[in-house]
Amino acid sequence: MATIIVNGTAHEVDAEEDTPLLWVLREQLGLTGTKYGCGIAACGACTIHVAGQPVRSCQMQLRDLIEGDEITTIEGLSEDRSHPIQQAWIELDVPQCGYCQSGQIMAAAAFLRDFPEPTDEDIKASMTNLCRCGTYNRIKAGIKRAAELS
Amino acid sequence: MTERFNLSRRGFLISAAASTGGLAIGFPLGASAQQLNELASPELNAWVVVQPDDTVIVRVAKIEMGQGTLTGLVQLVAEELDADWDKVTWSYPTPGENVARERVWGSFGTFGSQGIRTSQEMVRTGGAAAKAMLIQAAANRWGVDASEVTASKGVLTGPGGDTLTYGAVAEEAAGLEVPAEVTLKDPSEWTIAGQSLLRLDTADKTDGSRIFSIDYTMDGMLNAAIKIAPVQGATVAGIDAAAVEGMPGVQRVLQVDETTVAVVADTWWRARTAIEALPIEWNIPEDVGSFGMEDLEAMLTEGLTADDAFVGNEAGDVEAAFADAAQVVEADYSYPWQHHVTMEPMNATALVTDDSCTVWTSTQNAESDLAAASETSGLEIPQCEIHRMNLGGGFGRRGASSTDYTTIAVKIAMEMKGTPVKVIWSREEDMLHGTYHPATKARFRGALDEDGNLTGMHMRISGQSIFAGLMPFALEDGMDPLQFQGLQAESTEGAFGYDVPNLLIDHAMRNPPLRPGFWRGVNNNQNSFYLESFVDELAHAAGRDPLEFRRGMMANHPKHLAVLNAVAEGIGWEAGAPEGRAYGICQHMGYGSYVAAAAEVSVDGDRVTIHRIVAATDPGHVVNPQQVEAQIEGSFAMGLSASMMSQITMENGRVQEENFDTYPIISMWEMPEVEKILVPSGGFWGGVGEPTIFVATPAVLNAVFALTGTRVRELPIYKSGLSLG
Repeated sequence: MATIIVNGTAHEVDAEEDTPLLWVLREQLGLTGTKYGCGIAACGACTIHVAGQPVRSCQMQLRDLIEGDEITTIEGLSEDRSHPIQQAWIELDVPQCGYCQSGQIMAAAAFLRDFPEPTDEDIKASMTNLCRCGTYNRIKAGIKRAAELS
Repeated sequence: MTERFNLSRRGFLISAAASTGGLAIGFPLGASAQQLNELASPELNAWVVVQPDDTVIVRVAKIEMGQGTLTGLVQLVAEELDADWDKVTWSYPTPGENVARERVWGSFGTFGSQGIRTSQEMVRTGGAAAKAMLIQAAANRWGVDASEVTASKGVLTGPGGDTLTYGAVAEEAAGLEVPAEVTLKDPSEWTIAGQSLLRLDTADKTDGSRIFSIDYTMDGMLNAAIKIAPVQGATVAGIDAAAVEGMPGVQRVLQVDETTVAVVADTWWRARTAIEALPIEWNIPEDVGSFGMEDLEAMLTEGLTADDAFVGNEAGDVEAAFADAAQVVEADYSYPWQHHVTMEPMNATALVTDDSCTVWTSTQNAESDLAAASETSGLEIPQCEIHRMNLGGGFGRRGASSTDYTTIAVKIAMEMKGTPVKVIWSREEDMLHGTYHPATKARFRGALDEDGNLTGMHMRISGQSIFAGLMPFALEDGMDPLQFQGLQAESTEGAFGYDVPNLLIDHAMRNPPLRPGFWRGVNNNQNSFYLESFVDELAHAAGRDPLEFRRGMMANHPKHLAVLNAVAEGIGWEAGAPEGRAYGICQHMGYGSYVAAAAEVSVDGDRVTIHRIVAATDPGHVVNPQQVEAQIEGSFAMGLSASMMSQITMENGRVQEENFDTYPIISMWEMPEVEKILVPSGGFWGGVGEPTIFVATPAVLNAVFALTGTRVRELPIYKSGLSLG
């Protein structure tokens, strides 16, 4: 049994230490907002924050956590969809199917913190999550709108 | 009517419960609170339920997979109903209900850009009929004639200024006869439809609470990982189950059928870990097991000159045109296999008992899954049910004549009766076992006269038929009519947009051993790439402007011409491209809609940069402009992925690409800006989910030629030494 801190709460989890955090979150804690897309850190659908940094959770195993690491998932980004990224996503109807959007939002939230006044070039250089529906231009607009809302 | 209906449905449920030993099918199993509320609320007709609190539930037969159909259909119903948009919600009926009610909702199939265009009349009629019943109920209450009652935003107003909400009279309205005839609004009267309203289904996509099929869980549920034979026609020779049976969480190791092996565990990660460690031997048929890209190349090349071919479009005497030509232009093109890569891999949860089979899955055609569940389980259709889950992308992979994800889940669940089993395909299994965009080639000959006019053209398509591979019953005397999408002379689906006096378009069917499928845009993708690139070649060979050359052949195709003109104006064709850049242009018609695109590119060394895209669409009517725009943008993302960077290859009968590292798709930094021009001309209903994808590639590649003289005839463009970025 390992103890992990997710969205401010400590949880005991029963999983092998080489289990990716993605599957710990989804299958042990029922936090299914974090998505499986590729399992090789290529698509970003599983992006979460660990100790404040965006991480592709399919590639981080339970044993990679160090004591005190705080994990934030999409479910914990805000209590009521009030994070500026979430507000902007709703205002601009960014998602299409929505499957990749948890990861996009978590990546965008971390990006916006580091780039509070982002340019298109900043966004293009940093936002590497894949979207098969092709919502990229609205994601870009959404990040800029979120910067205004922040 | 409601009472009758509810009684009959209750009767149905009771009899089903009796026949299944107490396990009812339909709503009670896994019903949400909303569904149970709905069951108890007055249904005005199949499309509209009004609850006492004035909430209007619109039944949606088509499925939402990102394309916005859900919101559009609800807008159409709400428009005719004059509902209060803030009080409108929706629900999905199940295919079992549809069958039980003699398919009152029509087809659930959501593909071919049909979501709105094939059901708009049905749903609008449903909304209008419901409104008429609400008005009649209020008129009865007030003792006035129905003509004296008006309806607006969910409120009924009588002659004396009295008002009643829809919810207040819903019960009485539901008891009235459904009117035999209603008059639908003219689109010019629309106030809900036709507007860029926000989608109804966005909020839960922003906080992780939206439950996709892959997220679904049930008490006692186990998880399965699978391996399917890696070569078409291969079978399982043997597995060493003992090697993994002691691994953590593993409950069962089983051969599902001739081609599939599964490990069932408490969690999917443990099942996946075990199946990766499971020794499996395959029987691989020699002919397929030796098939590679050289074989594909040879097979398709042979078809380019074969004597026998199916004719899709023919006019005049094409050979005579070549004999009289001042100049003959020739070129060969090819289009590779593509994979859908829906972001949510294939998956399904199944629960089988001795007398029921229930599946929860994301599907584009739940009735096909219902049939598959029945056929696989051996149970009757009324004993089976499919619960439609949210799709993480579809693009033609899910349920368009291939329900393998449902079939496999039911087979595994049959081995574990009474236990729900969720089967998730790993990304690798998903990519290795797709229904792939067909691989084809085309050979053109074009005859130009002394004035540079096109007098004759032969387009020979060689290659793979989707119908032959996926649904041979749809072939017509061996011919696949779908092969000629956008190339047929007369078709409301996709008509050829040029007058060519002597024309032959034919298809030599050559089917390599890889299962084809419907991939967003389907055969329009290669047909448009081939034709619009070659027309561009002809223009340059004739020394004519590509826009002017096209216009000269479009006098009888005003709608094709109108969108072409719209993008020419939008990009500023006449003024010409800025220094160091060039424009490309193209048009195509498909799925009932007319589309065109123009691109502005520059090329630095081998790198192509797309500075601007201008896209025009005439779908007849636009139900939600901002959502149509979203589809146009998305079409460029998917279309440019296919032409610029993605392809599926095969060696030794096995697909070589297994994940995004070897099958890249477009990402943020490569995505161009897209200027959208909507030019709905009215009088017809076309689709919007797919058509723009047809024009994504030729617009860009025609611009590349104009700038560099490099004509890209094979995709992806890296085969011509180019890349996007």
